[in-house]
Amino acid sequence: MTGMLKPLKYLTLVAASAATMLPLIAVGFASFKTQTELQSSGPFTLPQQFNFHNYATAFNDGQMASGFLNTVIILTFSITGTVIIGAMTAYALDRFDFHGKKIVYGAFLLAVLVPGVTTQVATFQVVNKLGLYDSLLAPIVLYMGTDIVSIYIFLQFIKAIPKELDESAMLEGAGTFRIFWQIIFPLLKPAIATVVIIKGFASYNEFYIPFLYMPSADHGVISTSLFRFMGPFGAHWEVISAGVVIVILPTLLTFLFLQRYIYNGYTQGAVK
Amino acid sequence: MSTSTLGTRPRARRRIPRSVIPWLYIAVPIVLLVTFTFIPVANMFWYSFTEWNGLSKDKEFIGFQNYIELFTRPELFRVFFVSLYYLAGAGVQMVLALYFATILSFNTRFRSFFKGMIFFPSLINGVAIGFAFLYFFQPGGTLDTVLGSVGLEAAQQQWLGNPDIINVSLAGTSVWRYMGLNFVLFLGAIQSVEGTLYEASELDGANRWQQFKYIILPSIRPIVGLSFILAISGSLAVFDIPFIMTGGANGSKTFVIQTVAMAFKFRKVGLASAMAVVLLLIVLFITWVQRRLVPDEKGVRRS
Repeated sequence: MTGMLKPLKYLTLVAASAATMLPLIAVGFASFKTQTELQSSGPFTLPQQFNFHNYATAFNDGQMASGFLNTVIILTFSITGTVIIGAMTAYALDRFDFHGKKIVYGAFLLAVLVPGVTTQVATFQVVNKLGLYDSLLAPIVLYMGTDIVSIYIFLQFIKAIPKELDESAMLEGAGTFRIFWQIIFPLLKPAIATVVIIKGFASYNEFYIPFLYMPSADHGVISTSLFRFMGPFGAHWEVISAGVVIVILPTLLTFLFLQRYIYNGYTQGAVK
Repeated sequence: MSTSTLGTRPRARRRIPRSVIPWLYIAVPIVLLVTFTFIPVANMFWYSFTEWNGLSKDKEFIGFQNYIELFTRPELFRVFFVSLYYLAGAGVQMVLALYFATILSFNTRFRSFFKGMIFFPSLINGVAIGFAFLYFFQPGGTLDTVLGSVGLEAAQQQWLGNPDIINVSLAGTSVWRYMGLNFVLFLGAIQSVEGTLYEASELDGANRWQQFKYIILPSIRPIVGLSFILAISGSLAVFDIPFIMTGGANGSKTFVIQTVAMAFKFRKVGLASAMAVVLLLIVLFITWVQRRLVPDEKGVRRS
């Protein structure tokens, strides 16, 4: 890069980093302050002491333990379901010729065009009729059943696995079920990693679905538990801030440890 | 058939005719697809021609009444103007993402640090972002302090209190949240270009701008096109940020906030369905336009 532009480039990069950091640092500082301290000091004044009082209040009174537990349950089941369903669908669509295959393909293609956010008015009635309203099953089946993108990711990967592998296994007498589980599925590891990463962050961050379908307090996930801070902690920004930090921390740690996989996951997920 | 290693399993399986096997694999996904996508969409069209509170057994068929109401009540239509702010935000977001992806595709000090800094916000929980920015925009809060410290007191504002500014603040928050994802996708696409192309162009005396225009831009056109379409439909379907931060108060109501309120608060499921149908049709139309405008360029990429 030419000499004159170089400082400008770094200036913009530093500005972008500051834009990311400043709102978060301010919240981090606020989470350690007492209420009176918060009112009398500026957002970038260091807290007088680092005590975790607000964190305890946020965690206990904000029912964040059950929020985390529910989130983990939903995440585990919906991700496992998505991976198995996605891999099986891709296997059937790529490795078999059958009547109605084109229609099935078309149905999945069509569904990818329908943004879930537009149809919840009517989806709500279906979920309600099935008796899933206000239960953890509602988000689990919705995350599992409406995730077409994962099926596409698996389709892309399965196409690259040579069909000779299936054929030679078949000659040895293995049935399709065994071929799928023992040969295809293990080879899909990169696709599974991609889906787990994208799906994991998406489910951890999802707000709309749990907000709509699980109104009761003991069915809170991490998003809705934090959202409910609005009422009882109204003006207590020190407690709200602690809640925000508690929610962001697992994301930050996951990011720091799995950076490379996360970048790969998102880049590959988009190239479907 | 050799049975030595496979035992007796194949015998049991042979009873299933081969034409049925694939259906066993896709039965569950198809049931889920029909139950949670196709039935709701079909119902939504049907509800949109009725007057229904979502609870009672009977729905009254009222023809196009809901659609007429939707297009003749200006306050219902107003929400479309709010999405223009998010649309503008999406434009800004694309430009920023493209800029940072370009400069970080060249040699840069602390490259992975900057990459992480720009990307990280897109992983954060939306409620956490909403609260962090409520605090950020408070009178005398983070933003005002930053502005004050660089001598811009005049710019200090009621960021969420002023109805003329509120949507700018919210769209700005949205840019903060989503720019990093676009950035990483663009960066990935740029880096899939072979390094030799740059070297060859440098030998031919190309400068950075020419490299951007003739090498980078063509290679990422498909992903930019796709992101743009997603951004447009995304700006029509905004919900999280404004709902969490303002609940739609002060003129910040978006299409989806209004639809949700109509269906679940005012119990006008018919009218809400009509609104959702309109939104769905717009999104489908935009996607259709995109498919026509931006064909898959994969084969032509390295010409």
